[in-house]
Amino acid sequence: MSAAPSRRLVADLRVADRVEAAFTAEPGEVLAVIGPNGAGKSSLLHALAGLVDVEGSARLGDADLLTLPVRERRVGLVFQGQLLFPHLSALDNIAFGLRARGERRTTADAVARDWLERFGIADLADRRPRELSGGQAQRVAIARALATEPDVLLLDEPFTGLDVSVQMALRIELGRHLRDFPGIALLVTHDAIDALTLADRVVVLEDGRVVQVGPPAEVAAEPRTSHVARLVGLNLVADGDELMAFTPDAVVVSLHEPEGSTRLRWHGPIATLAPHGDAVRLLVHASPDLLADLTPAAATELELVPGREVWLSTKATAVSRYAARR
Amino acid sequence: MRDRLGRPPALLVVPAALATLLLLVPLVAMVAATDWQALPDHLTSPAALDALRLSLVTSTVAIAFCLLLGLPLAWLLARVDFRGRGAVRALVTVPLVLPPVVAGIALRSAFGRTGVIGEPLLELTGFAFPYTTYGVVLAHVFVSMPFVVIAIEGALRSADPRYDEAAATLGATRWTTFRRVTVPLALPGVVAGTVLGWARSFGEFGATITFNGNYPGTTQTMPTLIYVTRQADQDAALSLSLVMLLVSVGILVALRDHWLGTP
Repeated sequence: MSAAPSRRLVADLRVADRVEAAFTAEPGEVLAVIGPNGAGKSSLLHALAGLVDVEGSARLGDADLLTLPVRERRVGLVFQGQLLFPHLSALDNIAFGLRARGERRTTADAVARDWLERFGIADLADRRPRELSGGQAQRVAIARALATEPDVLLLDEPFTGLDVSVQMALRIELGRHLRDFPGIALLVTHDAIDALTLADRVVVLEDGRVVQVGPPAEVAAEPRTSHVARLVGLNLVADGDELMAFTPDAVVVSLHEPEGSTRLRWHGPIATLAPHGDAVRLLVHASPDLLADLTPAAATELELVPGREVWLSTKATAVSRYAARR
Repeated sequence: MRDRLGRPPALLVVPAALATLLLLVPLVAMVAATDWQALPDHLTSPAALDALRLSLVTSTVAIAFCLLLGLPLAWLLARVDFRGRGAVRALVTVPLVLPPVVAGIALRSAFGRTGVIGEPLLELTGFAFPYTTYGVVLAHVFVSMPFVVIAIEGALRSADPRYDEAAATLGATRWTTFRRVTVPLALPGVVAGTVLGWARSFGEFGATITFNGNYPGTTQTMPTLIYVTRQADQDAALSLSLVMLLVSVGILVALRDHWLGTP
C-alpha cells in the first residue's frame, strides 16, 4: 500500500467531440462536476480512468496519468450502474482490487470486511450483487473503489436510480467517507444538492467546455449557465455583459403590462403550472424561460392556466447582477 | 397465442410435419429394430468395450486440448482488435463446413509420414501421428475446435466488456481479468461449447478413419466400429448405434437450458 497521496492533479483533457476541459484539484479536495446531459461529464471521468481515447495531460505529481495503462493509474472509478461483478460476493467484489494488486487473500478479505463494516453492511458480505438493494450495491461499489486506496476517486452519478430516502442516507455517508479520503475525488452529478453538500469546488461543464469553477455557494448564488440556475432554482437573464439572477418568488405575475423598467419585465405563455411547496410555480415561455412562484389564491384569482399569456416583472433590488465572464 | 391471425396454412403445416417425421422415423425405426435380447452381448463384446473406451478417452483428451487452445483463441477474437481478425474468424469456421474425409486428407498432408510437419517430426523423434491413438485425438481436435471456439466466442461477446474495464480500474492485469472476470461471466457458454465440442468429437468418423485407419484398440472408435460391424452383423451395429443415440440425447438433456429452455 502506498502512502497517502499529497499531490495535486493538473488536467487538460480533450476527448474528440465530447470534452475539452482544463482544471486542477488539490489533495483531499472533492470536485463536483455538473452540467446537462451530454455535457461530457462521464467522458471526463472515463478519460481520467483511461477508458476512452483522450489527448492532453493529467499530471498527478510527477506522473502523467494519461501515459499509464488503466491498471497502473491508481484511479478508482465508481461506475454508473455500479458494475459489481455479478459472480462474486460483496466481500469478494471489494477484495478484488487488493488481490489483483497482489495482496494475500487473508489480508484482502480482512480489508474488505473492514470496508463493509465502515459502510454498515458487514452482514451482507456473502451476498451476490443481485441479492443487494440499490443502495447496498452502491455502498459496495464505493467501498470496492476506496479499498484500493486510489490517488483519485471518480464517482459517476452515484445516486442515480436510488430512492430519494436512500439517496439522502447515502449522501451523508459518502460525505463522511470523502472527508476521510486523502486523495482527490471527482463527483459527477446532475443534482445541485450533491454539489452543495459534498463538494469543495464545483466545475460546471456545458457542451464539453468548463464554463464555471468555484465554491458551491458562489456557483449557486451566481450561476453562469441556465442549467445551473435551474438546478438551484434561480431565474437567469443575460443583460449585455452582465447576468441577472433572481428567485422565482421575487417575480410578480400580472395579466397586463406592468409599470417599471423594460429590462425587468417579460411576457409569454404559461408552459406549466405546478404546486411547489406552499406556492404554485409557473414556468413561462418568455425569452428566456422564467420561473415564477405565487400563492395558490393569486393563481386562482388570475385564472392562470397553461397557454395563457402573462407578464412577469421583478424589482431591481431583488436582482443579483454579476459579470457574465470570469 | 390461439390463432388470432387465422389458422396456420396447410401449405406450411404439412411440410413442417413431414420434416418432423423425417427426423423422427429413422430414430424410432432404429430403436424398434434393435434386438434387445442380444443387446447385452453386443455391448459387452471386447471390440465394443475397446471402441467405447477409446472413444471416451480420445474425445475427452481432445476436448481438453480444444479448451486449452480454443479458449484463448475465442478470447482474442472476442476482445482484441488485431489485424486479420476477420480472416482468423473465417478460418475457424472452415472445418465446420469441410467434409470430414477432406479434413482427414488435409491432416495427412500436414502430419502424415511425408507431411510438411509429419516428415521432420518423424526424422527427429521417430514418432508419427497416423494410425495411432494420438492421431485420433489430433483428428478430433481439428474437427471439434470450431464448435468450441465459436460457442465460446459468442458467449464472451455477449458478456458486458465494461466488467473488464471495471477490473482494469481496480488494478487487474488482462490475465487476472480473463481468469477472474471474463471467463466466469461467460461460463455457461464455455460449458455449452465444451459439451458441444465433446459430442462432435465423440461422433467423429470421416477424418479419423481417413487419417488413422481402423485398428481395434488404438484407432477404432465407436463410429468406425459401427461402420465395419454393419457389413457383418446388422444387429450388433444397431446395438452400438443405440449407445451413440443415448449419448447424443444425454448431451441434449445436458444443454436443454441453452436450447430447449426457450419456448
